[in-house]
Amino acid sequence: MTSRLDKPAISLSRLAIHAVLLFAVLLYLVPLVVMLLTSVKTPEDIGSGNLLSWPAVVTSIGWAKAWATVSGYFWNSIMITVPAVLISTALGALNGYVLAMWRFRGSQVFFGLLLFGCFLPFQTVLLPASFTLGKLGLANTTAGLVLVHVVYGLAFTTLFFRNYYVTIPDALVKAARLDGAGFFTIFGRIILPMSTPIIMVCLIWQFTQIWNDFLFGVVFSSGDSQPITVALNNLVNTSTGAKEYNVDMAAAMIAGLPTLLVYVVAGKYFVRGLSAGAVKG
Amino acid sequence: MTTATAQLRASPLDAVQRWLPKLVLAPTMVIILVGFYGYILWTFVLSFTTSTFLPNYKWAGLAQYARLLDNDRWWVASKNLLVFGSLFIGISLVIGVLLAILLDQRIRREGFIRTIYLYPMALSMIVTGTAWKWLLNPGMGLDKLMRDWGWEGFRLDWLIDPDRVVYCLVIAAVWQASGFIMAMFLAGLRGVDQSIIRAAQIDGASLPRIYWQVVLPSLRPVFFSAVMILSHIAIKSFDLVAAMTAGGPGYSSDLPAMFMYSFTFSRGQMGMGSASAILMLGAILAILVPYLYSELRNKRHD
Amino acid sequence: MATLELRNVNKTYGTGVPDTLKDIQLAIKDGEFLILVGPSGCGKSTLMNCIAGLESISGGAILIDGDDVSGMSPKDRDIAMVFQSYALYPTMSVRDNIAFGLKIRKLPQAAIDEEVARVAKLLQIEHLLTRKPGQLSGGQQQRVAMGRALARRPKIYLFDEPLSNLDAKLRVEMRTEIKLMHQRLKTTTVYVTHDQIEAMTLGDKVAVMKDGIIQQFGTPQQIYNDPANQFVASFIGSPPMNFVPVRLREQGGRVLALLDSGQARCELALGAASQGFDGREVILGIRPEQISLGAGGGDGLSLLRAEVQITEPTGPDLLVFVTVNQTKLCCRLAPDISCQVGDTLNLQLDPARVLLFDAQTGERLHLARHAAPLQDNVAHIAGR
Repeated sequence: MTSRLDKPAISLSRLAIHAVLLFAVLLYLVPLVVMLLTSVKTPEDIGSGNLLSWPAVVTSIGWAKAWATVSGYFWNSIMITVPAVLISTALGALNGYVLAMWRFRGSQVFFGLLLFGCFLPFQTVLLPASFTLGKLGLANTTAGLVLVHVVYGLAFTTLFFRNYYVTIPDALVKAARLDGAGFFTIFGRIILPMSTPIIMVCLIWQFTQIWNDFLFGVVFSSGDSQPITVALNNLVNTSTGAKEYNVDMAAAMIAGLPTLLVYVVAGKYFVRGLSAGAVKG
Repeated sequence: MTTATAQLRASPLDAVQRWLPKLVLAPTMVIILVGFYGYILWTFVLSFTTSTFLPNYKWAGLAQYARLLDNDRWWVASKNLLVFGSLFIGISLVIGVLLAILLDQRIRREGFIRTIYLYPMALSMIVTGTAWKWLLNPGMGLDKLMRDWGWEGFRLDWLIDPDRVVYCLVIAAVWQASGFIMAMFLAGLRGVDQSIIRAAQIDGASLPRIYWQVVLPSLRPVFFSAVMILSHIAIKSFDLVAAMTAGGPGYSSDLPAMFMYSFTFSRGQMGMGSASAILMLGAILAILVPYLYSELRNKRHD
Repeated sequence: MATLELRNVNKTYGTGVPDTLKDIQLAIKDGEFLILVGPSGCGKSTLMNCIAGLESISGGAILIDGDDVSGMSPKDRDIAMVFQSYALYPTMSVRDNIAFGLKIRKLPQAAIDEEVARVAKLLQIEHLLTRKPGQLSGGQQQRVAMGRALARRPKIYLFDEPLSNLDAKLRVEMRTEIKLMHQRLKTTTVYVTHDQIEAMTLGDKVAVMKDGIIQQFGTPQQIYNDPANQFVASFIGSPPMNFVPVRLREQGGRVLALLDSGQARCELALGAASQGFDGREVILGIRPEQISLGAGGGDGLSLLRAEVQITEPTGPDLLVFVTVNQTKLCCRLAPDISCQVGDTLNLQLDPARVLLFDAQTGERLHLARHAAPLQDNVAHIAGR
């Protein structure tokens, strides 16, 4: 992306622009730097220095302690996130395929309901959902959380795929039907191979959403089945014993690293997901 | 009649094919209808009952709503939402637009800068809250840093100040979301027809003027979407409060989402919690309905 | 190879909305090339989708080889279609695109290979077989799309505006090629277009559609020379037919039309007197090429003097515009005629070719033809 408003104007104003942008970069980075610095300091060091002072000794105590505390929950998060992401994406793809290419009487109305569902505050469904999980015997289990995330992720994943598939010309499906292909053949042989970008967007969006979720985690799980966000919150907000900020920060980084990593590796899809999910939703 | 006889001759496989789309969509339809709309109705019903620790269906009329509106904590939470929401939305928009316009000036390393601005959006609100709780720690956070750097009179103890704690939430939330608003506007700016800008330049307009009078007005839809998303984040904000302040000191930094959670699940006030959830839904609908209406109307004109 | 018959085909999207197709009735013989032509929204593409089975019909019947296929799914109708957007499967190679339908039908691999080779040779796309559609030019994609349709040797080919995405030059080339292909393969074909030149050049039969109704069904020559109404007359032909409002008068057992160019007037004798034409206001239709320059020095009575207002040399022709009865009249003259704006020309309208339309309904009006020699047709001229 080059172009823009022609000729680099007067160098002074451009210098100012760069200065502002650079300053903003620093501001955005400060919390991450502080987290990293604090996490490798000793508690004494934290007490004597300040946020940005260089650690007297770089130590991994904080990280080790944090990992020992949250590792179990980290795996919980993985056990919840991976199946929930895969299932909701797969269902979303099929739903989007139907809503975009096999419309029937009422499918548009349903799409409207679905679109609306993307915006609903989850607070309005928490209680009935917890009753239901209890009835199903899934309360306080990772399986229960997977189910909840699949159900409440479906609206978004369906929206992603539907909006992507409506841009594919109808003629493609018509041609395939005349060639003798049926519903699933068309999906598997023609539509799915074209869907790589939107699959990436959807996977990353769902991964970020589910990994970062706190509300469902705190409501529908307890003790050993909690995801890492809940565990982190418990760790940070516990009032017993001396505060170990290095451990807090290390734990926070452990909780944040997977999504951060995904963002760095597949940032393009992440941004597209945000805007597709947000702007169009 | 003709079609009827023709249908008879169609093979059973064709009939399956004809039903497949509906069959495939059916589970999701059930899930959405029950899990979204059915459950909302359920919550709605609960809000009219005397439910406390366990749900019961004893009719209480509007009593829960009356109790809610009589509850000082609910009003603090609502007022906080208003302050938090308007500041968060306003500041995020200003920063986002400004950074987008500056980044739109053919900056080298634009991709890298953009990546930095946007990374907080990938983090959980819990992580953000934890980080900012530490940064804003009175006595050890920025408070001390500034004094160490020579600003002797600097005090930053908002986190424990009931009157100012809500600004702490604003700072953290802006840090997280403003980069995303930047990305939205940058995309919008890239979509602006270059010939409009050329025409304005030929007319002799200065660059700031072109942006203010020509470019930004054409980004109205982006503004609407951005406000929509930000208010959505604000109303649903729960994790941030939980991680940063847990509603404290006292309940001075409560938001409705936090209120709903603690009354429903910790204090055994299911009826009142449900009533608060329904009011939250009402707030979202008040923003959402006009937005969707204008969106759909525009689409019809396409 | 097959015949196609549509019996009272109706298509509606529900009560309240106007029917998309109304009582479509037509039949073509084995090997014929049928053109469905009309402005956008006239229902021609819907009709094609109904023939293909991609949309269901609300009433009537579609018969292929005499069998009612109305309720059959597209794959059982043995039909192939070429789309305007080509609709090539983007993730498959050209070879796989052509072979897809054959694979679905579970043909043995050897037969598939043979068929792909045959089609590729026919369309001269052998060198493209390993490429993806995205790597092909518009014309090449068009060929592949046709190849995919040819590969199954279906009973009927459907073409849905296949040339409209091509640039002008390529369009003419491909048009010729489609015609050549049809002459060689003699497959029953239905071809949808909004381009009247394609309709005239390609079709054995043409159905002109408007508002879901077939306005006229016939050979290109019938459509051109003997249009059923003013819409058909205006839609076919370029530059389009002139329509001049005239008042009719009966005199001496003949019907006369009064023309006034501002410089001169003439009364054109159109045919034998018929009931109800005297004093009637009608629309007179005449094609630009049916207007010629009157022979210099003739009897003078057969000519209408008119002042040239615009000239448009197109290369093969010279289009000259004059005003008659306050209406612009286009005349298609030989290019070598020297003629300037402001010149006065002696125009001769061929009364035998003149058509009359009802001023309100646009329906064609018929007079009993007069057999009198040409010179006598201009009965009266009043100079100014």
